[in-house]
Amino acid sequence: MSYQVNEKGYYGDFGGAYIPEMLYPNVEELRTTYLEIMNEPSFKEEFNQLLRDYVGRPSPLYYAKRLSEKHNTKVYLKREDLNHTGAHKVNNTIGQILVAKRLGKNRIIAETGAGQHGVATATVCALMGIQCVVYMGEIDIKRQAPNVARMKMLGAEVRPAKSGSKTLKDATNEAIRDWINNPVDTHYIIGSAIGPHPYPDMVTRFQSIISEEIKWQLKEKEGRENPDYVVACIGGGSNAAGTYYHFLDEPDVGIIAVEAAGKGVNSGESAATSQLGKEGIIHGCKTLLMQTPDGQITEPYSISAGLDYPGVGPLHSHLYKTGRGEFYSVTDDDAMAAGLELSQLEGIIPAIETSHALAIFNDKKFKPDDVVVISLSGRGDKDLNTYIDYFKL
Amino acid sequence: MNRINTTLEQNKKLLSIYFTAGYPALNDTAKVIQDLEKNGVDMIEIGLPFSDPLADGSTIQESSTVALKNGMTTKLLFEQLKDIRNTVNIPLIIMGYFNPMMQYGIEAFCAKCQEIGIDGLIIPDLPVAEYHEHYQETFEKYGLINVFLITPQTSDERIRFIDRVSNGFIYMVSSASTTGAKNTFGDTQQHYFERIEALGLKNPQIVGFGISNNETFMQATKTAKGAIIGSAFIKHLTHNGVDTIGDFVKEIR
Repeated sequence: MSYQVNEKGYYGDFGGAYIPEMLYPNVEELRTTYLEIMNEPSFKEEFNQLLRDYVGRPSPLYYAKRLSEKHNTKVYLKREDLNHTGAHKVNNTIGQILVAKRLGKNRIIAETGAGQHGVATATVCALMGIQCVVYMGEIDIKRQAPNVARMKMLGAEVRPAKSGSKTLKDATNEAIRDWINNPVDTHYIIGSAIGPHPYPDMVTRFQSIISEEIKWQLKEKEGRENPDYVVACIGGGSNAAGTYYHFLDEPDVGIIAVEAAGKGVNSGESAATSQLGKEGIIHGCKTLLMQTPDGQITEPYSISAGLDYPGVGPLHSHLYKTGRGEFYSVTDDDAMAAGLELSQLEGIIPAIETSHALAIFNDKKFKPDDVVVISLSGRGDKDLNTYIDYFKL
Repeated sequence: MNRINTTLEQNKKLLSIYFTAGYPALNDTAKVIQDLEKNGVDMIEIGLPFSDPLADGSTIQESSTVALKNGMTTKLLFEQLKDIRNTVNIPLIIMGYFNPMMQYGIEAFCAKCQEIGIDGLIIPDLPVAEYHEHYQETFEKYGLINVFLITPQTSDERIRFIDRVSNGFIYMVSSASTTGAKNTFGDTQQHYFERIEALGLKNPQIVGFGISNNETFMQATKTAKGAIIGSAFIKHLTHNGVDTIGDFVKEIR
């Protein structure tokens, strides 16, 4: 069983590039050049230097002593929350802006839900002096005002997506339409491990720095490279893909994915795609997605804006279908409680997305000597208003 | 012989009209088709609405959203069209995104199209290679012509491949855009039209995207076999309802 993308862009039954002909030249250019570009020594050097000096990598692998005691197992937190801009998203935007430069593009577009990917994109565009347009659902613009302000301050133009449900999936549609209308000068920086091939693989490779570091950091701390489990939350799945990547072919390492159950998997207000989704096409790839029996894409719900995407990356659909990954879903309430627990046990306020991964202890009992690495994908600053409302702080 | 091929053999420039099924009102579908034929339209694209139409501009997006709100589904469309061949003779093509067809079941979808008398399909997000490898046999088994898009950015080599796989016409997207975006054709379009003409393809070409009036229709059909109008017709329906379809068609030619 392979967990790598094949030469046609598929992970098992999932992936591909279901795109209108108008996008073909752009996607084909990327497909035929991305690996070559990423393997150039000068590219690697620039990428690694920026990750080190600008993003602040390597991010620490932190042994969470009190959390470990509480749950009677050994918990390590991979501190992506300490990256510049506050989440793992920047690993990918640094990589893609360097690709865009090598492709001679002088305009960047991106979609964003909660605003984290939008901020990470606006950041690297400012760094490189490249024009940046971020599409964001009209409803999300209202919900995530601080991130909208950050993007504007960084010099990006934030364009409201007013079509459909006016959230992340519609922002993605608008970004794709922009790319159709601007095929020559523009690169589209997709923020998650979704979209037409080669995006899921490209994003996964840029995020794979997470598991690359876990390996040597764990070797230093535990004398072995492989933990017993790696745990990550999944919306589209970019932090999860990066956290799993170097462990995919290590059968001793359990892969755990945590989706957002919202108000409950069967409540009608959920984003648990593996449980509720069916195979279909969304944003250019074949994957599991939430839809009506008639094939219309439905609107997911989660308290966390970064997890309410109706699909999941094709790699994750493959991990689910083959059984390589264990999938769990965590409700809003359980996630919020886990976020509070981490804050008070370890002094770390996590993003609500990440809080879902931290709630894994409700569903999965680990052995006392298990080494469990959880991707702490983002920090909670952006979610303070949601925490305030929820806990009446 | 498929009605599309018969129509393409006629010695005239063809006018093809796109509209969204179930728009403006749920049960307008059959009436719109009948009135278009009565007023001399040569071919019709029936839009199967989708929640996330990536290749479409705001006009077709909005008509799709309204149609879905009205209650349009794939099953209902087939129900509305079941007797359409009693009254309509021109080629009918269903244009829609791949996901709703996948959920219906590709083979079942094709079989139903044949049963009703649908002549072809246009599926913007089903790439030609994917079609060729997995679906061509099924489409052909049910007598359906699949129509592919080319754009000014499509390479000659790829256009020739698309020409080989096609057996009806090639849908020539006039410029790099979503539907309904541009209103005039400049030198860039003329060069593109001439470049395609010079390739001497076996399939005739019909131009779409950006055709909205007599002027653009005439420009597009100088070299191409015909032209497709979508967004401009939807706008007409939005503003004038379904009773003045003849007025719209007369304006075009």
